[in-house]
Amino acid sequence: MSKVSTVKGFTAARRQFVVRSALAGGGLALGLYWPAARAAGTSSAARAELRTALGGDFGTQAEGAEVNVWVVVQPDDHCVIRIARSEMGQGTLTGLAQLVAEELQCDWSKVKTEFPTPGQSLARKRAWGEMGTGGSRGIRTSEDYVRRGGAAARIMLCQAAAKRWSVPVGEVSAIKGVVHHSASGRTARYGDLATEAAALPAPDLKSIKLKSPLDWTIAGQPLKRLDTGPKVNGSKVFALDLVLPGMLFAAIKDCPVFGGKLVRYDESMIRARRGVKKVVRVGDSAVAVVADSWWRAKSALADLPIEWDDAAFRDRSSETIARQMQEGLSASSNVFVYRDEGDAAAALARASVRIDADYSTPFLAHATMEPMNCTARVTAERAEAWVPTQNGEGSHAALSEATGLPLDRCEIYKMDPGGGFGRRGGNQDYVRQAALIARQMPGIPIKMIWSREDDMQHDFYRPISQCRLSAGLSASGELLALQVRLAGQSINAFVSPGLVADGKDERQLQGWYEKPGDAQLGYTVPNLRVEYAMRNTHVPVGPWRGVNTNQNAVYMECFMEELARAAKVDSVEFRRRMMGNHPKHRAVLDAVALKAGWGKPLPAGVHRGIAQFMGYGSYSAAVAEVSIGADGLVKVHRLVFAIDCGHAVNPQQIEAQVQGSVAYGLTAAFYGECTIEQGRVVQSNFHDYPILRLAQMPVVETMIVPSLDFWGGVGEPTICVAAPAVLNAIFAATGKPVRSLPLRKLSLA
Amino acid sequence: MIKLTVNGTVRAVDVENDTPLLWVLREQIGLTGTKYGCGIAQCGACSVHVNGEVRRSCSIPVGSIKPADRIVTIEGLSATASHPVQRAWDELDVPQCGYCQSGQIMAAAALLAHKPHPSDQDIDQAMTNICRCGTYQRIRAAVKLAAARRAGVAS
Ligand code: FES
Ligand code: FES
Repeated sequence: MSKVSTVKGFTAARRQFVVRSALAGGGLALGLYWPAARAAGTSSAARAELRTALGGDFGTQAEGAEVNVWVVVQPDDHCVIRIARSEMGQGTLTGLAQLVAEELQCDWSKVKTEFPTPGQSLARKRAWGEMGTGGSRGIRTSEDYVRRGGAAARIMLCQAAAKRWSVPVGEVSAIKGVVHHSASGRTARYGDLATEAAALPAPDLKSIKLKSPLDWTIAGQPLKRLDTGPKVNGSKVFALDLVLPGMLFAAIKDCPVFGGKLVRYDESMIRARRGVKKVVRVGDSAVAVVADSWWRAKSALADLPIEWDDAAFRDRSSETIARQMQEGLSASSNVFVYRDEGDAAAALARASVRIDADYSTPFLAHATMEPMNCTARVTAERAEAWVPTQNGEGSHAALSEATGLPLDRCEIYKMDPGGGFGRRGGNQDYVRQAALIARQMPGIPIKMIWSREDDMQHDFYRPISQCRLSAGLSASGELLALQVRLAGQSINAFVSPGLVADGKDERQLQGWYEKPGDAQLGYTVPNLRVEYAMRNTHVPVGPWRGVNTNQNAVYMECFMEELARAAKVDSVEFRRRMMGNHPKHRAVLDAVALKAGWGKPLPAGVHRGIAQFMGYGSYSAAVAEVSIGADGLVKVHRLVFAIDCGHAVNPQQIEAQVQGSVAYGLTAAFYGECTIEQGRVVQSNFHDYPILRLAQMPVVETMIVPSLDFWGGVGEPTICVAAPAVLNAIFAATGKPVRSLPLRKLSLA
Repeated sequence: MIKLTVNGTVRAVDVENDTPLLWVLREQIGLTGTKYGCGIAQCGACSVHVNGEVRRSCSIPVGSIKPADRIVTIEGLSATASHPVQRAWDELDVPQCGYCQSGQIMAAAALLAHKPHPSDQDIDQAMTNICRCGTYQRIRAAVKLAAARRAGVAS
């Protein structure tokens, strides 16, 4: 705390107040304190120094005139745009700012952003709407209201100028942060108008006419991200990097077998170790060591004798789980018939060619680069947590639940996660744990960090599944009948078992939907039956970038390739024949085929594969070019994508997301597998859960073909076609379909 | 007390000899730009330079470091993010979440120090750090851009 004393311009009493507040609950204190600091005329340098002393400016909002909840304009014309969604690398922060700035007509070079906290959202009745960031929804489900927010602020700034000049508002216009009255040649800067604008009544949001995307100048442009600078010089503070005054560090061990319990531990073995402060029970299944550094906490924990009760699920293994899935493939009960069009069984019986195949995909860990961690400070009156979260409100609820304090006494400071991929969304287990630890050491900020091993063995895994597909072809190679039986674990059942108790869980069938809009099947098959046999295991499951379209696209699109070959029809042509009712699906397929030079000769030994699928509101297709060495090493030379995400807010970030989805999807196809032995996950780190590296990364070409009449997602859609396109190219090379992932016999060159 | 030379400054730290350099940098010295990703020399998030060589600091016991060894972290690579690698990273918007990027940048800087004109194969061999966001394509482009800059081909 010594730094605080160096702050200039504060009276001793005020300094004391700050120090005490920092210890008692700095965020709130800061929120209350800044106006006073401003009133006292504190220099911004002094404030910055104070902020550092307190461990950051968490929860403080930017100074300036709040024109509306989305836009704060500062006297120097900087516009602070509030972002409710989380930024975990996917570029949503920049994209949302572009949408607001487009309507606001501010100067892009003067845009700053800030995240409202869940506590502020609560206090203002969710003025910023949904904060959760998953399902590739960050932009597509908030574009309308954020653009209206930006437009409303512009209208108010124009009104303020018109009022000042006593001219009709229709005579003024705004461009690049300046309001112009062309008749008189007068101009006024946003920074100068903001206070007057903020005092005006807000316009009716619904009647605002938004700009046509064809007229966009900020949105739709391949602008650079707003958050790159601190990521190239080490100054970005991730939650893992947070330092607060008086902070202690916790390492945690949860029962390795899911569903097991902590029986006892013997802390006498480590109590006297240097730096160890406390050993605490965390819920009914974990124990944590708190020390003066994380390394000391972790080392001590490794030597702590712990006894578990893991009898309930110790008999579970990958084999028992596979048998469960296989039973689901042929079961006649506990099966949900989702689509039943025509008569698939009868059509199969009379087809001239029948093809059957069983496919399977494993459990997968997310393995975000930044392991799970959370810092919490809990007193009898207040709880705060610094969380790398995809779902601030979910974190808020978890903190409240774990501390027993009502939401309005809890606050969450969202830290940009070092990767999310679905792991840091609805399941806020790590927040709960940190809160339970911090509760036992009131007032002390506790930073709990999971080791990579903890992270890999206590994930919410991509659900395991198997799929049995049966198809009947006519003599001329038309697909007459298709039967799909998916057997697998349900995410919804894990999250809220009551919701899908009857096994009617459409979510696991993403990609086979009949209805348009989200994950519609792109083919019309006269006799179609799609069934789901929900088979749950003791392994926790959750969303995983592109779930469930990425498993289902492997099943569907690899099987389509089998059918095209059986029908002796070109892969693109075979698909196109069934896509007459699905012009958007077909358009991306056509686009990618054209761009990739489908049908054109390839160098000797290079083979192509194609796939199309829909997920997360967008249409994707991919073509892969692959060769296989004599050593079984697969080289993916090139991957070409077409994506129709409706609107392209930042094309260069869409390109980055497509590239990222390739790395994620091919990692899964070639390496990804979490196996279960004695009830626990076997894999523990990157040595046995390998990740694709730079040398294996194919050249990715991205074509964005936005049709401008809907809003689709970007972060996840293309992952589902990356793997099947490559697998189909491998099929072309080897003559053998790939039906089970990961590819064990082949590895990436 | 263990003496370390980090980013040109001599630091004395009071830690157990077997503490990994990574955690000393992060917890005792307060340089958090160097990240923890795996702790077993697999991911490279913890990459720093030791006497000009890129090393994975999670797997170096601090006791094995001599006071004269020159340790450089991302914070010490340049004062104003002006290293050609950092500039190229910024210009091409390489980072997504950014968590792995300190390590990637340190690996790239070491590569260029040794091989000012790396071939694709050199880049493949030197850039083995994991990026879970999948920024590899831009990393490759940025390494090439930085190399060109250093050579004065582009500016
Ligand atoms: S943390 Fe050192 S290599 Fe992964
Ligand atoms: S940028 Fe996120 S892990 Fe590399």
